[in-house]
Amino acid sequence: MASGGPSFLLLSMVPTILLLCIDFACCNTGRRTSDGLDTDFTGFSVPLEHSFEVDDVSQFRVRGALQLRGGRETSVSLSQNQLSEEDRSTLKEVAAVDGLYRIRVPRVSLSADRQSDRPMDGFLTAFVRACSLVESHLSDVITLHTDVSGFLIGVSIVTIPGACRGTEVEDEVDLEAFNTTLNVIAPTNAPQPETALFIERMDMENEKRGKPQEQKSFFAKYWMYIVPLVLFLMMSGAQDQSGGGAGGGGANGGR
Amino acid sequence: MAKLVPLLAVFFYLVCVSEAVFEDQVGKFDWRRQYVGKVLFASFDSPSQSSKKLFVATDKNIFASLNSRTGDLFWRHVDKMGPEGAVDTLLVNAQDALMVIGDGRLLRSWDTNVGGLNWEVVLDTGSFQAACFVGIQDTVKHVAVLKKTAISLHYLSNGHQKWVENLPDSDTVKYQAVYSGGGEEVFVLGMVPHSHLTITVYSLEDGEIIRQRSVEAPWLSSVESSCVVVGRGVLMCVDNYTQALYTLAIQAEDSPQFRQVLLQSLDLEVSQDFQPVLVSTQPHPARSPLPEFFLQLGPDHHILLQLSEDGSTIAPLRDFQPAFLVSFATTGEKTVAAVMAPKNTTDDLHCRSRCFADSGRRLLDTTVIFPLDANGGKPQKLYVHAFLKKDDSVGYRVLVQTEDHALTFIQQPGRVVWTREEALADVVTMEMVDLPLTGTQAELEGEFGKKADGLLPMVMKRLSSQVILLQAWMAHLWKLFYEARKPRSQIKNEVTIETLSRDEFNLQKMMVMVTASGKVRSPGVSRCSDEDKSLFGIDSKSGTILWKHYLENVQPNAAFKLIVQRTTAHFPHPPQCTLLIKDKDTGLATLHVFNPIFGRKSQISLPALPRPILQSLLLPVIDQDYAKCLLLVDDQYKVTAFPSTKNVMQQLQEMASSIFFYLVDSEQGTLSGFRLRKDLSSELIWEVVLPTEVQKIVAVKGKRPSEHVHSQGRVMGDRSVLYKYLNPNLLAVVTESTDTHPERAFVGMFLVDGVTGRIIHEAVQRKARGPIHFVHSENWVVYEYWNTKSRRNEFSVLELFEGTELYNSTVFSSLDRPHLPQVLQQSYIFPSPITTMEATLTEKGITSRHLLVGLPSGAILSLPKMFLDPRRPEVVNEHSREENLIPYAPEMPIRTEWFINYNQTISRLKGIYTAPSGLESTCLVVAYGLDIYQTRVYPSKQFDVLKDDYDYVLISSVLFALFFATMISKRLAEVKLLNRAWR
Repeated sequence: MASGGPSFLLLSMVPTILLLCIDFACCNTGRRTSDGLDTDFTGFSVPLEHSFEVDDVSQFRVRGALQLRGGRETSVSLSQNQLSEEDRSTLKEVAAVDGLYRIRVPRVSLSADRQSDRPMDGFLTAFVRACSLVESHLSDVITLHTDVSGFLIGVSIVTIPGACRGTEVEDEVDLEAFNTTLNVIAPTNAPQPETALFIERMDMENEKRGKPQEQKSFFAKYWMYIVPLVLFLMMSGAQDQSGGGAGGGGANGGR
Repeated sequence: MAKLVPLLAVFFYLVCVSEAVFEDQVGKFDWRRQYVGKVLFASFDSPSQSSKKLFVATDKNIFASLNSRTGDLFWRHVDKMGPEGAVDTLLVNAQDALMVIGDGRLLRSWDTNVGGLNWEVVLDTGSFQAACFVGIQDTVKHVAVLKKTAISLHYLSNGHQKWVENLPDSDTVKYQAVYSGGGEEVFVLGMVPHSHLTITVYSLEDGEIIRQRSVEAPWLSSVESSCVVVGRGVLMCVDNYTQALYTLAIQAEDSPQFRQVLLQSLDLEVSQDFQPVLVSTQPHPARSPLPEFFLQLGPDHHILLQLSEDGSTIAPLRDFQPAFLVSFATTGEKTVAAVMAPKNTTDDLHCRSRCFADSGRRLLDTTVIFPLDANGGKPQKLYVHAFLKKDDSVGYRVLVQTEDHALTFIQQPGRVVWTREEALADVVTMEMVDLPLTGTQAELEGEFGKKADGLLPMVMKRLSSQVILLQAWMAHLWKLFYEARKPRSQIKNEVTIETLSRDEFNLQKMMVMVTASGKVRSPGVSRCSDEDKSLFGIDSKSGTILWKHYLENVQPNAAFKLIVQRTTAHFPHPPQCTLLIKDKDTGLATLHVFNPIFGRKSQISLPALPRPILQSLLLPVIDQDYAKCLLLVDDQYKVTAFPSTKNVMQQLQEMASSIFFYLVDSEQGTLSGFRLRKDLSSELIWEVVLPTEVQKIVAVKGKRPSEHVHSQGRVMGDRSVLYKYLNPNLLAVVTESTDTHPERAFVGMFLVDGVTGRIIHEAVQRKARGPIHFVHSENWVVYEYWNTKSRRNEFSVLELFEGTELYNSTVFSSLDRPHLPQVLQQSYIFPSPITTMEATLTEKGITSRHLLVGLPSGAILSLPKMFLDPRRPEVVNEHSREENLIPYAPEMPIRTEWFINYNQTISRLKGIYTAPSGLESTCLVVAYGLDIYQTRVYPSKQFDVLKDDYDYVLISSVLFALFFATMISKRLAEVKLLNRAWR
């Protein structure tokens, strides 16, 4: 909780996981509303809408604009307005009755070439408890999820800290501007079975240990037993060679 | 040599996890029941009293032989599923059983003695119409197969084709029947509907057309359903519209004509809106059929008629009303006609099957009376096995098939020899329910349950229950002592519904199974509308069927969900199960509430469900009767609660803002989340849309609510703890790409929080396609897919960890968990395709987990989860060794010791169900498919049970010896001390 900021999204790296590819993350305090609207880039903008009503019937109003820039490196930035006096009081009222704060974005494709094909209807919605938004002084993390082809499939919003402890937020200034962290997450590629590395490792181990042992022949291993045995046989054979010869002669004769 | 080192390391791990059954344990804790499915064709072996064989061909594409004395299987041949292996017809003649398979694709001959295949021939293409044996001079040597456009004759001995002829004018004439009456001719009957009948006569020798006749028959719509051959080649047809019988001598040389016999002239009348049916019999294929035949005039009205020798007059022999089913059977020269009739009209539970043999003049009339199960369906088919007794009189046995696919075999005079519940070949879903406590245990429980008044009554009650317990214990001891003297084989533990009670370790449970088999597709079966939905209660220890309930009026194509609303733990309230039956087309649902122990329907008022139901969820909210609340969400996102008592409603209103549910629409690719409002309507709070152009949702699985996780984290090599991400609301959503090209196909795995709709993890397995089998449990998901590039099956495991610090260690809330978990993933090659997968489940979750993988061979592999651990290191180091991690190897081993069902393979395995037992080490497993197999598994071995061969004598004698040794040595030491003091 205390860590905050974008760093929590960088999951600790373990060799076996392929990291979430966070294409681009942009923090924006809502005060910089006018800049960032550069005219030269081929991006487009979609509205980010929010709704918080005491009676929980959603009425979405524009909260800001998402600047989407297609191409190889998809990038998204957010420019958003400040909360008005009226909105602030409504938000506090909603928080008091444990209502929901909802956001929605239209279904679009982040890759620019597809975007023009045909706009899809419908919205992606997400919510957070209004009290946690108030208690976190409007520090939220909005994550846009895309599928393999760049379509937006889901949006999520969490606040940091996320809990509702019932602490009063006195200072109205804290509820003026959003302190938003924006992330875009594309699907990670799941790993394939690591055969190449395994075989490589096997070969290396084979090279390390296998060679000297395997090359030892039977004779090389047991020469110390074989040589005396052979010598002994030769010696004994030489001694009674005459007797052996006689026996052989006898056998021949018997045929 | 060097290869050995890692292999040895693996081997040592295997030693600790290997498990197998000892030879003497076979069948001790497990059982298997084999089924064949709904019988389409049945035939008895030779007509002698001692013959035991019964041959059946079923809708599951199975040809099997049953022992008619016991109902057990002699042998069984399981063919391919689907229309390719469908049995078109079964013809049995002496030692040969002929089958036409796959709409006339194959002709097979089986040896009925041993069940071996004699021969198999591939037939010419064309849809199958009919087949019959062709015999001359009392010997059957050929079989004729009629197809839509051709007729072929095959030798019975080797299957070789004798001749094949194209049928004339097959584009206009529908050929539907083939007949041979023992002569040198084969008759093929075809017709043009409402116009004329054609008779084509082929020569048996060379297939030449001897003659062709065309007969006017403007009333005829189908030869198959309304005509039979009776007597010496007389075609007998019945027509509903003209209310008449028509006869025609098909062997006539000259141009024949149909002769009309009005039913009125025989004093007969057909019931309204009923298509009359004719039933005849041909005792031997080489002889002409008998002149007697049945005519069915109404659903319960049959009449036996006789055609005179010259074929000119029809005389009624006997009228049977009411009579449901009729059948003929032949033994030697005698033929028996069997009629099944209810005993009396008011109570149709007793069916009387009356048989009488027609042997010349003598008519014998005997009856068999047997009770019909009130919870079963109506009788549907009747098969009679007639035989000659020693005194040359005719005896018979009857096989009755009922609507719920049960087979009952009955002997004279009405003894039920055996019953087979063939509906169990198609189990859809199941649950395991604890058995109730015994009377004494319940007494003790009841004592705590009630609020007694005052101290003295409490003491008295306690004393009385203790006395009852003592009594029960004495009785138990006496029984043990009594049984110990008897030889073991004589002790039979008969399980009946009365003696059911929970055992010491809760190892015996009640299996509640829902069966359904819808697809009746064989062209030979006229009744296609029957649907079988039954509920079964089976004892898990012995496999005995304790109760069954046939559900009538269930729509075909229905989906089922079985929910346990109240377990047996709440004595004296009976346990309660609810079956949600949902019509797949309209979405309308009905509830069937019953007691899972006795199978009785509960008398509880059910909520009206006028709208289609989208989702059902069981809440932990409990009403005053301890029944869990079931919420049903309809298509207007309104919620119906069941039971909907005041108590429940009040609780629901209090909890409404914390009740969330999700809906999945796989056609639109949307996942949406809702929150309950106080007025039981609901509001949409989140939405995730997966574009259907890219991928489609295949399956969504949450975790099992009964699952316990004992350990919050894993201790790593450096003594720090890696905490698991244990989100009870997590959903695993599996998608498959719409692009099926092997290079671009992929499988998507999304982990979505079911409350907030947050996508926790999103991974894509490239170059992969389904079918996907996956298990979602604890903090991991294991899935199996087909790798299109390497053309092999692969396993992948995902594990989620919070990290080395817990965000909130006391309680998990999806609303307050801002940090995403760490996700680890690893993949492995699996050297076999799989059919289903499930994880073991134990009471407290202390025991290590195993995956139960069903293989197409019918084996169930118990694969330790240890092998599917994404933290398996590539390179072994100090820490991983400390943690007992197995070094990574890309290929997953399959060891035959891991097959928990040794040689008891399960055909067409469809699902595995696991349930915890009272012992932490033991998990109960039921696998179902064509067969049902129940066993126990011990993933961490039986650490809490003493072994069977535990040596009590040795350990107690050692204890006693030590005790005495200390006594003696103490005494000796004292004496020695005393002596020393004296010195």
